[in-house]
Amino acid sequence: MIKLLTNLDRRWIFLAMALCVAVPILVIGLTGKTIPETPTPLAEAFFNEIDTAGESKGRRGHVLLAFDYDPASAGELSPMAISLVHQCAQRGLRMYFMSLWPVGPQMIDESISKVIDRHYPELVYGEDYVNLGFKAGNEQVIKVMGIDLTTEFRTDTKGTPLQQIPMMKGMTSLEDFDLIAEISAGYPGTKEWVLYSATQYNIPMVSGMTGVQAPLMYPYYPGQLKGLLGAIKGAAEYESIVNVWVREQKFAEALVAGGMDEAKAQEVAAKLMDKPAQVSTWTESAEAADLDPKTKAELITIATAPIPGEFLEGQRRMGPQLFAHLLMVLLIILGNVVFFAQRRQGGRS
Amino acid sequence: MNATSEPMTGSQRAIWAVVVLVIVALVIVRSMIGTGMGRVYVEQEDMAFVQLAASVDDASESVSEPKWVRTNSEQGKTYLDRNPDANVIGWMEYTQVDPKAYFVQEAASANASTASTTTAAAGPGPIMLSWPRTIGLWVAAFFTLAIFSFLYRDNPFYKFAESVVVGVSAGYWMVIGFWDVIVPNLIQRLNPWFSQQFFTPGMELPATMADYWPNLYYLIPLILGLMLIMRLVPKCGWFSLWPLAFIVGTMAGLRMVGYIEGDFLSQIKASIIPLYEEGSVTTTPFRTVWSTIWASLANILIVIGVLATLVYFFFSIEHKGVVGGTARVGIWYLMITFGAAFGFTVMGRIALLAARIEFLFDDWLWLIDPNEQRTIVESAVGLLM
Repeated sequence: MIKLLTNLDRRWIFLAMALCVAVPILVIGLTGKTIPETPTPLAEAFFNEIDTAGESKGRRGHVLLAFDYDPASAGELSPMAISLVHQCAQRGLRMYFMSLWPVGPQMIDESISKVIDRHYPELVYGEDYVNLGFKAGNEQVIKVMGIDLTTEFRTDTKGTPLQQIPMMKGMTSLEDFDLIAEISAGYPGTKEWVLYSATQYNIPMVSGMTGVQAPLMYPYYPGQLKGLLGAIKGAAEYESIVNVWVREQKFAEALVAGGMDEAKAQEVAAKLMDKPAQVSTWTESAEAADLDPKTKAELITIATAPIPGEFLEGQRRMGPQLFAHLLMVLLIILGNVVFFAQRRQGGRS
Repeated sequence: MNATSEPMTGSQRAIWAVVVLVIVALVIVRSMIGTGMGRVYVEQEDMAFVQLAASVDDASESVSEPKWVRTNSEQGKTYLDRNPDANVIGWMEYTQVDPKAYFVQEAASANASTASTTTAAAGPGPIMLSWPRTIGLWVAAFFTLAIFSFLYRDNPFYKFAESVVVGVSAGYWMVIGFWDVIVPNLIQRLNPWFSQQFFTPGMELPATMADYWPNLYYLIPLILGLMLIMRLVPKCGWFSLWPLAFIVGTMAGLRMVGYIEGDFLSQIKASIIPLYEEGSVTTTPFRTVWSTIWASLANILIVIGVLATLVYFFFSIEHKGVVGGTARVGIWYLMITFGAAFGFTVMGRIALLAARIEFLFDDWLWLIDPNEQRTIVESAVGLLM
């Protein structure tokens, strides 16, 4: 057995890893079931920072969304970028997209297409969101943006001068943003934004990043970074928080539209979110007696409607993670067993 | 364990050949079931615009600027009826749609032909198979498999894919460098008229010469850029040392400020923390105590970790006695950090692998349908049932 393990062709390990990743993808893809996520304080802090953006100034939050990644790391970062746009769109924040990576604009377009175009078509380009596109120059761009935004960005990606874009009115430098939300795959990325914007101008900043970067960025939390999402695990946690919150918001919106006052609607929505399976029963209770049948039907629809696939990307990828990590642990144990067995044999000889 | 470059035994070759053949056979069988796999559909939209001449707003009697409106809008139709010779431009736009939209269209047209009636398309235009995008999808699948094939052993498919990636990346960077750096940062500022004429027709020209003159200092980066290119000429290579010195000096100055403020001072400040901290969870007395213990322990561990790791990197004193013990604690902290970094890296790489396999199963093979792009019949569930 030890001899077999010692001479094991590494390609069997590759095959085992491929199966550990592929089979859960197939099973999750066919059943639609994902592994439940318990959010950590880091993901909750990320969510809360976006949720309260602009509140200190008593205005609709102005969020700079810097997507500094490319397709090579989209598998890890795309889920968090999509959830970020999802939360901003649902919260009604003004979104200013930009990138310091040449392929970043394509990543921005993908997020806009998957979230805004499909689920929030009422949002208006130029009033609710704008794509400033790619700007070459790495950290120098951030530095210049801190002094004067229009020096770096004179038009958006469509070539429209910034003066003609309504939501750019009054935006002169980085300090006019309420929050910087960065999705980073490397250089330039989180570190540069922390050093040249969050620290120098005291602008609140949150960041989602690849697993490779995460351990190096933890020291910035909670000082310079107000929230942090590390790798696909952070993405899945954040995704689950946003999905639950969005459903709660939709419950509240339906209740308000049905005539309930806002404070009461929020309270009831939170209660319904605790047990979404019992919404149908609740609509027949005395508490829901004042609601019209249309609102009741809408509440049941919201409770039973499946979450769109694009908002479950991160959670779907946690299934393969589980089995791949189990395999890794098994291989590490086996490797150690083989090592100690060989050492013992060597000692005897 | 065997290296990938080592020769394989006959039995190993046979096993791997069987694995590859099984995969190929599965792909062929899958392609023949249902309505196929790996297709991309687009919706065609006719984007025709008519130019409205000035002063067309009769209602308000105001003089409006000439503007372009869609020919299928009410305003556009009315204007075209009145002015059949108006200036019209148009093009076709193709937007990618989910395959299920195509299936719905096909089913609707089949029903319509059965009932001998005509049915209008639901969207702005007809949905059709896009050959360029379908080929692109298959090329992406081929390159994904070609890169994966390296795990079996080095081979011509992998070499080809690797070379294409390197070549395309280099070409892409060059184009990006020209259009996103040289054109907007240099040509547009130095000679706006030239840029508008040849590169960026939509740009606005400076209103007056006074607005333009300050841009002349962009001659300095132009000269520095040309000096950098002189590196290609062996006899004039020394010219490039000047711009290089400028780049190194600028970056050093820029980074020094950033790192001192953002890393050095801020991290020292973040490390000076109280060893006792009240817990944030106050639901029950037990939880409060427990939370306080954890919060304080976290702070104590941070302080010990910072000091112990610093001692490990302090080589002016021999690591013996108390210093040696503290340095050993520092090593533990470093090892735990490296372990966490390794774990995160593994997680990241598996996520990337999962994304590629999802692409193969979903977009290419149509085995799963997490984003509900197709009908259930087209997914593997339908096939199994």
